This record gives sequence, C-alpha cells and structure tokens, in this order.
Amino acid sequence: MTLLPTHTEKTLGLVIDLDTCVGCHACVTACKGWNTENYGAPLADVDAYGAEPVGSFLNRIHSYEVQPETGGPAQLFHFPKSCLHCADAPCVTVCPTGASYKRVEDGIVLVNESDCIGCGLCAWACPYGARELDPSEKVMKKCTLCVDRIYNENLPEEDRQPACVRTCPAGARHFGDLSDPESDVSKLVAERGGFDLMPEQGTAPVNKYLPPRPKDEVPEFDILAPYLEPVAEEPQGFLGWLDKTLERIG
Amino acid sequence: MPQPKLDTSPKVSDEIRKTTCYMCACRCGINVHLKEGKVAYIEGNKDHPVNRGVLCAKGSAGIMQHLSPARLRAPMKRVGPRGSGEFEEISWEEALETAASILKPIRDTDPTKLAFFTGRDQSQSFTSFWAQGFGTPNYAAHGGFCSVNMAAAGIYTMGGAFWEFGQPDWDRTKLFMLFGVAEDHDSNPIKMGLGKLKKRGARVIGVNPIRTGYNAVADDWVGITPGTDGLFILSLVHCLMKAGKIDLDYLARLTDAPCLVNADEASDEFGLILRNEAGKALVIDRRTGKPAAFDGAGVEPDLSASWRHAGFTHRPVLHHMAERYLTAEYAPETVAERVGIDAKRIRAIAADIARVAFDEAIELDREWTDFRGVTHKKMVGRPVAFHAMRGISAHSNGFQTCRALHLLQIILGSVEVPGGFRFKPPYPKPATAHPKPHGNAQPGKPLDGPHLGFVHGPDDLLINEDNTAKRIDKAFSWDNPMSAHGMMHMVISNAHAGDPYKIDTLMMYMANMAWNSSMNTSGVMQMLTDTDENGDYVIPNIIYSDAYSSEMVAFADLILPDTTYLERHDCISLLDRPICEAEAAADAIRWPVVEPDRDVRGFQSVLCELGGMLGLPGFTNEDGSQKYADYADYIQNHERKPGIGPLAGWRGEGDEHGRGAPNPNQIEKYKENGSFWISHIPEDAEFYKPWNMAYQDWAVKTGIFDAPTPYIFTLWCEPLRKFQLAAEGKHRRSPPEHLKKRYAETMEPLPVWYPPFSDADERFNVHALTQRPMAMYHSWGSQNAWLRQIHGRNPLYVPTKLWDANGFAEGDWARVTSPHGEITVPVMHMAALNENTIWTWNAIGKRKGAWALDEDSPEVTKGFLLNHIIHELLPSKGDGLRWSNSDPITGQAAWFDLRVKIEKVAAPKESMPSHPAQKSPVPKAPETVKQKVGS
Repeated sequence: MTLLPTHTEKTLGLVIDLDTCVGCHACVTACKGWNTENYGAPLADVDAYGAEPVGSFLNRIHSYEVQPETGGPAQLFHFPKSCLHCADAPCVTVCPTGASYKRVEDGIVLVNESDCIGCGLCAWACPYGARELDPSEKVMKKCTLCVDRIYNENLPEEDRQPACVRTCPAGARHFGDLSDPESDVSKLVAERGGFDLMPEQGTAPVNKYLPPRPKDEVPEFDILAPYLEPVAEEPQGFLGWLDKTLERIG
Repeated sequence: MPQPKLDTSPKVSDEIRKTTCYMCACRCGINVHLKEGKVAYIEGNKDHPVNRGVLCAKGSAGIMQHLSPARLRAPMKRVGPRGSGEFEEISWEEALETAASILKPIRDTDPTKLAFFTGRDQSQSFTSFWAQGFGTPNYAAHGGFCSVNMAAAGIYTMGGAFWEFGQPDWDRTKLFMLFGVAEDHDSNPIKMGLGKLKKRGARVIGVNPIRTGYNAVADDWVGITPGTDGLFILSLVHCLMKAGKIDLDYLARLTDAPCLVNADEASDEFGLILRNEAGKALVIDRRTGKPAAFDGAGVEPDLSASWRHAGFTHRPVLHHMAERYLTAEYAPETVAERVGIDAKRIRAIAADIARVAFDEAIELDREWTDFRGVTHKKMVGRPVAFHAMRGISAHSNGFQTCRALHLLQIILGSVEVPGGFRFKPPYPKPATAHPKPHGNAQPGKPLDGPHLGFVHGPDDLLINEDNTAKRIDKAFSWDNPMSAHGMMHMVISNAHAGDPYKIDTLMMYMANMAWNSSMNTSGVMQMLTDTDENGDYVIPNIIYSDAYSSEMVAFADLILPDTTYLERHDCISLLDRPICEAEAAADAIRWPVVEPDRDVRGFQSVLCELGGMLGLPGFTNEDGSQKYADYADYIQNHERKPGIGPLAGWRGEGDEHGRGAPNPNQIEKYKENGSFWISHIPEDAEFYKPWNMAYQDWAVKTGIFDAPTPYIFTLWCEPLRKFQLAAEGKHRRSPPEHLKKRYAETMEPLPVWYPPFSDADERFNVHALTQRPMAMYHSWGSQNAWLRQIHGRNPLYVPTKLWDANGFAEGDWARVTSPHGEITVPVMHMAALNENTIWTWNAIGKRKGAWALDEDSPEVTKGFLLNHIIHELLPSKGDGLRWSNSDPITGQAAWFDLRVKIEKVAAPKESMPSHPAQKSPVPKAPETVKQKVGS
C-alpha cells in the first residue's frame, strides 16, 4: 500500500476537446518520441516488424461510433486516453512497493521505475486502462505529463508543456492547473461543460474532457426558405430579373 | 516514503538541426534533436509558416522511418528473374556506368525509348529539366493518377486550385464545406484551420460518403453517393441562381460572365468567345453599350447585353448559365435520389450558404486598385469557403465536378476575398500563363520545350499526323486532350502493349508501380515480367530509385538507392510546389542533418552525375565536364532564367530576394533561418490577387511573373468547346470517330454532370473507395514500427444495410468482385457510412518479402489493396480499342469509379489474391525496437 498526499500544491492536467479532435494520432507518436528518449526505460516495441507488434504507448486514441437515439446518421468520435492523474488514484494506493506515487507539488502520478517490480496491480486497479507494462523492460509505463518538459529550463518557456499538447495540430489538447479557477484550462472547462471520465469510479480524475457539440442539426429549411425565395422560375424570368437588378444597381 | 528526487530539467539534446519533414507532401518545418550525432527526437518548428510548431503522427514518427530496417544499403543489380527480388550489391561506379551504357544509345538514336516517370517526389522542376535535356517526351510525375482533375479544373477555371495551391481564409470564414477529403497534402494546416473554425464556432459541413476524421468533427455530415458530387453542387448552383443569390458585381467585374459567346448553332464559331483583333475577350461596356475589351481602362462589363456580330448573336456567359442551370434537371427534387441527399436538405444547405454569403458579408477597410484602374475603398468578403480533393476528382467526371465547385465559389463571389478561398503564390496564374506541352524528340537533342502544360485547343495536342500519340502515356492526345500532369497509370500498360510504341527503358523514382501506385496490380506485375517470343523482357530495361525495399524494387534490373529525408538536400521551390501561404511567398530546403550510414546517394545528385556522363545540356559545362557536383550545387547555382533559381531567398550577396544572382552561401542562409524563406505580401495586395495591381506588381518584383498578368475567371472553358468543334468537323483536325460522341457529352464549356463511366454496368451496384489514414498518408509509412501499430490492419468497412443483407458477423470475410476481378478480404461493420459504399484504408496491404516486414505480418496476411480489382482500362467494348479508365478530359485515373458486388465467403488462410514472397534485398528486421539514443 502506498499513501496518496492529502493535498497537492497544484493540480496539473489535460483538457481534451472531443469536439475538435480529428483522431489524427499526432499526440500518440509525439508522446512516444519524447518519452522513449527521456523519462525511464525506452518505450519498447516487441515484434516490431512482425505478426503481433506490441509496443508500450502512454497515450492512445480510441474511436467510437454512436447511433444517436434521436435518429440521424451515426457519428464517430475520437477519444484520446492517457493517465488522468486522479486525485484519488487507486493505482497508487494499490502499489506494494511505493513505486507509484502522486507528486505533492503538482499532483502528477508517476512510477519510480527503480522500485517497480512489474507486478501489474496498478494497471489492474486503474479503471481507465491507462497503464501499460513495457513489453521488454517489464516496468509499468504511464503518462508523466512530461514532467521532464514542463519545468525544463533547457527548453524555451513556450515549449514547457507536454509533447502531446505542443504537437496537437487541431489545438484539441490543453494543459494547465485545474486547481486555479482563473487558469485557461479551468475557464475552458467552465465554458464548455468539461466533464470527468467515469465519475462513478470515485477516482476524481484531474484530466477533463470537453463534450462534442451537437451534430447534424441543419436548421429547418422552413426557417431558411426566405433565402431561396425564387426571383424566377424559368431562364427567361431570370434574365428579366437580371435586367431589372442591373438597372437598379446601375 | 519520501518522494523520489527527480531531475525535471534534463538536457534535451546536444544540438537542434532544423529541416523540412518529408513524411508526406505537407512540408512542415521540423526540429531534429541530435544526441551523440544521432537523431534522438523530432518536433515541429514553431517559426515555420506551414505548421507553426505542430506536427502530425507521421512527422513525430519520422525517426522510425529514418531508422527503418527496410532502407536499401547499396546500389544493386538484378541476378535472379525479374520480380524475384534476387540482387547483388554493386559499386556506385558500376551502377552509374550501367545506367549510362543503357541511356546513352537511347539518347543518341531515339530518345522516345526512355520513359522517365517520378512518383511522390517534390523535385519535379529538376527531374523534368533533366528529362527535357535528355530529349524524351516521356516524362511526368504522379499527378495523372493522383488529382490532376483538381489542379487542371482549378487552373483552367480560376488560375489556381485547392490542393496545396490555395487555402480557405481560416481566420474569417463562417461556413466551411469540405468535399471528398479524408486527408490531404495540407495535412497540418487543415487541422490547424479546423481548430480555428471550431474555436470561433464557424459551421463545418463535411461532404463525403465516409464519416471519419475531418468529416467526423464536422457539424453536419452529408454522406453523398460517390461520383455524384457534381450533381449535388450544380443543384446548389440551381437553387442560388433561381433565388438571385449570386454576386452580380463580382461576376461582372472579375469573371467572364459578361463575355460574349457566339450563340448561333449555324456558326463555325458557335460557343466561342467573341474577341478583338488582339485576341482579347469582348464585353459590352455599360458606359457606351458597345463591345470593348474586357480589361479596357474603366470598362464596366454588362452582364446582360447581347451583341450581333457578323450575322450571329452573341450572348453573355451568364445567359448561357441561366439556360443550363435553371432547368429542372438540376432541381433538388430531380437529383435527390441519385445523390443520396434529401431535397429539403439540399435546399437547406443552399439557403444557409446564401445567408452566410450575403447576410454575413464582411468588409475590410483596405483600399485596392483593380486592373482597369478603378480604385475600391473596401475589400468585401463572402465568408463561405470550400476545400476539396481527391474524393471528387478521382472519377471519370472529376474534371467537370471540380469545375462545378469552382463555379459555385465564383457565383458566390467567394474566391480571393476575405472569408473565402485564397490563392497561395505562385498562384493565381491562369492556364494561359502556363507553358503548353512539348513532345518533339530528336536524336541527341533536348526536347523542344517543357513536357507538361496546358492545351487551349486541338492545335496544342501532342499527336502525329495520323492521330497517334507522341507520348507513351498518350497524354495530350485525342483520348485525354487536357492531361496536364501526364498519365503515369498508363505508362507500363502502354509500354507492354506497344501502344503507341515500344520503349527500351523504364526509369522510375519513388513510384511503387508494382503495388499500391498501380491500377490492376497483379496485371502490372505480369507486364513487368513478361517476355517476348525471344525470351527477352517486353520492357527491356528497368532502372529504379527508392530509399526503401518497396514492392517495385524486385521488378527493376538496376537499383539506385536513395537516402532518407534526413540525409539529403532538397528544395521546395517556387518553380515547383512551394510552401507559400495566402499572405506570403515561401520556399524551403532539406539538408543532411545526419550523414547516411549506408552506401546510398540522393537520386537528384545521381541525376547530376548521370547528366554529366550523358552530356545533357544544362548538366555539362562548355568543356563537357559535369556541371553540378550534386543536388545542393544545382539548388544553389542553377538559374532557370537570369536571376531566377530554385530558391528565392538570400540571392546575390545575400541581400536580394526573389530575383538575384546565385549566392554560394544561400543554403547556409537557409539553414540559419530554420531551412525556410518567407516574404510577406503587402496588406493591400493580400486579396483579389488576380485583379489587384498591388499584388501583380509584388509578384513581378518577387520573380513570380515577368510582367503583371491580371485576368478574369473563366466559367466558360473555351478550350473544351474548341475540342467539341473539332469533333463536329469544324476544325482542321478532328478526333477519331469513336470519340466524337464522348466529346459532345463530356466536353461542355460550362460545368456539367454525367454519370461515372463505371455506372454503366448495373450488375455491380456497390461503390468501393479507399481513404488515406492521417497517420499513414503514403505507403512509405507502412514499415514504420510505430505507425504500423496504429494502422497495421485495413478491414473492408461495410455499411449497416449491406452488413445485414449479407448476414455478416464480426470476423467474417467477403469476396468483392468488380468487372475486372475479385479479392477476398476481412470485413468490419461501420454505420457512419453511405449505405451503398464500402471502403478500406489505402496502401496498408503489403506483398510478402517487401518493406522488411515478416511474411506473417497482418499487412501481408490480412491486408489488401482494392487496386487488384481496378483496371487501367475500361471493360472491353468489343471495338478492339483500349479505353483508359480515366477522366476523358484530363486522363486522371478514375480510382473512385469502382463498382463491385460483395458476398460472404468462408475465411481463407489469408487475403486473396496472395502473391509468392519476394526475396528481401535487405536483412531481416530486428525483433525488438527500444529507441533511445541518450543514456
């Protein structure tokens, strides 16, 4: 058993806009690229060029089709998922060695790889499936919120954000302190009705998702009909309208 | 337990080298982080105009492309039968001597015997220059099988296309419609743009049979029936014209809508534009009521006045438009069933377009002066923007469909205005400002001019007196007269058939023609290995350059191994396909941020060497020695004309831009600036570019034009009418009899819709498409260890109606049959899909032995290509003729015309057809990848 801190000084996390995410996977490989080179062991790919390639990724995108209950065409949603850095992180409390921990200063949940025995209890405890055992090193891998970028004095200040946020072409990913109501991310969550993933699990996730806006709601034609009020039914009538209009704008 | 002590400021890298990405055609700026001299991490360059720091999935995975086990290692000569993959590594000296010994006699005797075609490279102004020096007419890049309809329709209609040559005004548009795009060349800019629209709450409408990616985030999805986009668009045009919701001022001043067209069927010039002696189109000037050249000072063109000349009535283009588009043929109720969109919905979309274009018009307080000398106080914008790509263009009606979309943009007055669609330099540039095609070859001489260009009538065709084609691909022949990008998909088929003639050598670069880049893949592999009665190969020599062990490698006799994109020089040039923005001219370079660890050379540098060995003009000095040591030397020192070279930045002493003498430090200057150069367009020149004298003057100063070239948009495509006149017997030459009906039906000067040719056979009633995944845009990505974990499988996606009708269940397989052949593949259900359309991801399926993948990889055992069931020819009509499966106007490969039937079958061992393994020319890939350079 490992204890969670009673209080964190900041609550850093991600806000992910499901209305904007096009499912391009840019965040997936930017994350893989940064994190295989940096924190901890490399993110290995076993059978990399074979029948069943299995690599560790800290961030993946899932796609879901939804058939709206109100009718209308089916919709497709892209759903990026990584560790949500929960306030009540069950992956930490279940850890037998203390390798999993939540940082007091910013709330980031990390794995101290030198203490990890690869037992997998934390992955089992996480309701989001956000932890992956590295297939080669057999240590637990998870999102670090790029803890080695966000404070890194060797990076220009504008780059001190997680690799996934920096790279997201559509601007669907946002990073900040969710404990500060004045932060950009807190305001976004307030404006757009950001929600917790599976709140019933009681994990109090830090990361928030912004819901997709309603789709396929073309205004009724009757409202728009005046915009298509015919000026003529036939080509000859159109030419008559044309002459009159040209005279008027003379 | 105390928290572990963590170093939150580790050293990031030893050095950052900035170059240009090449994981697709987007050309983003990248920061390549090096540790210990090795590539450690790649991220987007925040200063770069294309991507502003962001980077897509491919770009960030570039490190695995650079380190791919599929990289070729040294030049090779074939030692086994063609297709076997048996090679022997040789020295560069032997490789170059072999190539020269094949090419020299061809050049000395008959340059047409060389067909040189390049794939998705971005050095076409260089490779075409080389081919022109060689003297063969048989050169093109891959545009003919990609999206020439989009390029040609745009350039013929408005002097520029969507593609990478223009962009929506992402900052101002309020309604954005996207047609036929799953992913595009402008991959990051589209995502960034959509992000901006979402942030502002602008409405996005996605028109696509398949709801993935961009169409998934669209506010409205229009799941159109494939091949009917033109009909849908013309129905919108019908609604808008009928309601008078068109921009009359824009049409009168900036387009050919007021130009006078001969309207008398009895005239030999029926359908041609009335012109003055100088060849200028005439309009009626409202000030005088008399004809005047469209561009005369102060002329006020009349949209409605007719004129009688030489006994024939001439009526403005707008009258012809009214007659064509106001008929019930294009009414929503008429087209609804065919396009698969409810008539009310078509009307609602048309009404919303009208509302935004005219009720939400925007104005910028910027004064500008037009080409007639009239000064305007404001820039008026219609904030409706469109973007379209391959989905609407890769059909046999694609050229007219793309033109229809431009017609829609233009009647709204939404091109080159705030909130609309904007050109990127060197566009706008009308078809008349482009070269015409050239194809006259002489032994030992260069070609008589550039290969590719724009024809304006039958006199510009590349045909012999007996009507046979001068080019091996039959581009610019009667078959497909306006084939501006050539017809790469016909090269191997025609060369094999000896139609129009046989060739000696096929030389290709980065073109996987033995697999995913060909129609009729199994047939093409057969053609490449076929022998004649003497046992000799029908295509005697094949020289191929690629960086990777692609399927095509096995079919070549001589392999010239290319570098990866991080090991090479390149220029993304204003002479070619640059990286400009709507508000700036820009170009870029690649440079070797690391040196190759294999015996490989950039193909362009190899061409410099071969050019010297063959004594090609442009590649040799006066004393006969090799002119350019390598591609970098060419990039820096070549002048296409005095003062104009491949790169526009830092010319002369480093202080001249656009025009100036070659600068020996130019590449260093680019490297210092992050590998790109940018020059902003002045504010008063940022819109209305075709007509805005401030832009025209800036373009001349920047070296884009030699003189101001203002023009008007051409809704009436007169070259098409000239071809029809030829078919009607009103020209010196006339197309062969069998084409005349097709000319009458398809080459209408105003955009029309006709059914895709494959719709004729009703036994095949399901549409079949491919899409490119965003994370693996081109086949290059397939061996990428990270990307293949995202897109290693490509099931056939089946809509609910067909899924239920066939009783499919998860894990089932289907046989898919076209008039040409059949494939057996795994299926998966997808609801967000046009109910009569099936599809799969493009270019995931691989042949055994290629790309250094294991033979039991899912790409091989379960992956597949639709290419096997798409033929390069239409089904035989019993007339003995070979009818290309292409757009009849431009020759664009009609990939998306494919119609099939589908049935459930027992699961085979692996996808069918299955081909035997090629022997891999590279060693087996490692079992495990643990990518980390630092400790």
